[in-house]
Amino acid sequence: MYDFAYHKPSSVADAVALLGDSEAKALAGGQTFIPVLKQRLNKPSAVVDLAGLGLSGITVTATTVTIGASTTHVTVANSAEVKKAIPGLANLASWIGDVAVRYRGTIGGSLANNDPAACYPSAALALGATIKTNTREIAADDFFQGMFTTALEPGEIILSASFPIPEMSAYEKFRNPASRYAMVGVFVAKTASGVRVAVTGASQGGVFRHTAFETALSANFSASALDGIATPADGLNSDIHGSAAYRAHLVGVMAKRAVAAAA
Amino acid sequence: MPQVTLTVNGKTASVEVEGRTLLVELLRDKLGLTGTHVGCDTSQCGACVVHVDGKAVKSCTMLAVQANGAAVTTIEGLAAADGTLHPMQEAFRENHALQCGFCTPGMVMSAIDIVATHPDGLSEAEIRHCLEGNLCRCTGYHNIVKAVSAAWPVMHGKVAAE
Ligand SMILES: Cc1cc2nc3c(=O)[nH]c(=O)nc-3n(C[C@H](O)[C@H](O)[C@H](O)COP(=O)(O)OP(=O)(O)OC[C@H]3O[C@@H](n4cnc5c(N)ncnc54)[C@H](O)[C@@H]3O)c2cc1C
Ligand code: FES
Ligand code: FES
Repeated sequence: MYDFAYHKPSSVADAVALLGDSEAKALAGGQTFIPVLKQRLNKPSAVVDLAGLGLSGITVTATTVTIGASTTHVTVANSAEVKKAIPGLANLASWIGDVAVRYRGTIGGSLANNDPAACYPSAALALGATIKTNTREIAADDFFQGMFTTALEPGEIILSASFPIPEMSAYEKFRNPASRYAMVGVFVAKTASGVRVAVTGASQGGVFRHTAFETALSANFSASALDGIATPADGLNSDIHGSAAYRAHLVGVMAKRAVAAAA
Repeated sequence: MPQVTLTVNGKTASVEVEGRTLLVELLRDKLGLTGTHVGCDTSQCGACVVHVDGKAVKSCTMLAVQANGAAVTTIEGLAAADGTLHPMQEAFRENHALQCGFCTPGMVMSAIDIVATHPDGLSEAEIRHCLEGNLCRCTGYHNIVKAVSAAWPVMHGKVAAE
């Protein structure tokens, strides 16, 4: 690992100022960033630790669950309020990585990183979340812009993510047995205005909405509504873990399981 | 250079580190606590698991500076001063839950966390799910799972330790 200066500011304003240096990078739980630094894939002059900003916590209203950026996966997984309001979201958090990763990793880090195999982006997209930063609010539909790419400007900090509470939701993932990242993960959310389905792990372009599934499920919210709807393999990942055609098949299987789990 | 002050196995340590120094490097290289192992470069094997403020974390995936002010427990901090093993260590010994022993320090630290966070009971399936971040290349896990099951009642005071 290359060396860097370490800062732990205690206000968002100070963190934003420190990140004004284009060579500086934010650090949250470090469960993605530290492995990246170890492989020398990134060479920041300064690392700005966000742990002192007080961005951790969960607020639930009648309509929305808001989760602070520094909230760890284990906190979301164990939250009685999240389990009650959006069980799919708590369940998703409980299957990220392993115990040690869940103690350190944060929702803000996961959303900012937008790993094409990460879990949280699918929940944010399917639930129609709003991501709040130090300068603005960004709809999930505009936030995820392809593999490891988001709408965030350099130095922009995620403060929280707000998830509208759906009628029903569930997440199912087919895990890579070694890394436990999603080979394919599907988040299904049913609201009064219809059904949204987001798929992670499958596409070269990162998380995406499955509109054919959404139309079918909005008409009939049952696993059998997806019978015969094929997912095109074009643009899906092909690697040693599975071909694009295999992933396309898994998308249908995981979506059906998610609908069954939600209903 | 940054100065890190933390408690390790109940003793205060104040150490000069670099920004990039990992917690595991502080423990092994600066404090000589080589019970904590490094088994991979990818944050996947769990050989380096220690407790930071009571939580099982990978010390290879945390900067030493992030542990400033924290209380850290390593495998060396488990046994009593007279050498009496921690119930989890004793359960590993009793159930033949180790062969080469390389994964064992991390395995034991993770196992203690699992038992502590499941006061109402612990099924075999839960043990296997909670141990997913700890890889063992020798035992096939079976005896490790048995050891964790055996330690649960002892750690929760349901039976007297022998
Ligand atoms: C063994 C292992 C298994 C894993 N398995 C899974 C899995 O199954 N599913 C899954 O989804 N993830 C998985 N992860 C990743 C894990 O969830 C990470 O915790 C997460 O992706 C990043 O969160 P972090 O808090 O650790 O962020 P960091 O690693 O600290 O940061 C990640 C990136 O986000 C930026 N960043 C962090 N916080 C903010 C913020 N508030 N505003 C703006 N930018 C920010 C950082 O600058 C950095 O570029 C796994 C990781 C490991 C090591
Ligand atoms: S050394 Fe492998 S996870 Fe830390
Ligand atoms: S006992 Fe050898 S790796 Fe687990």
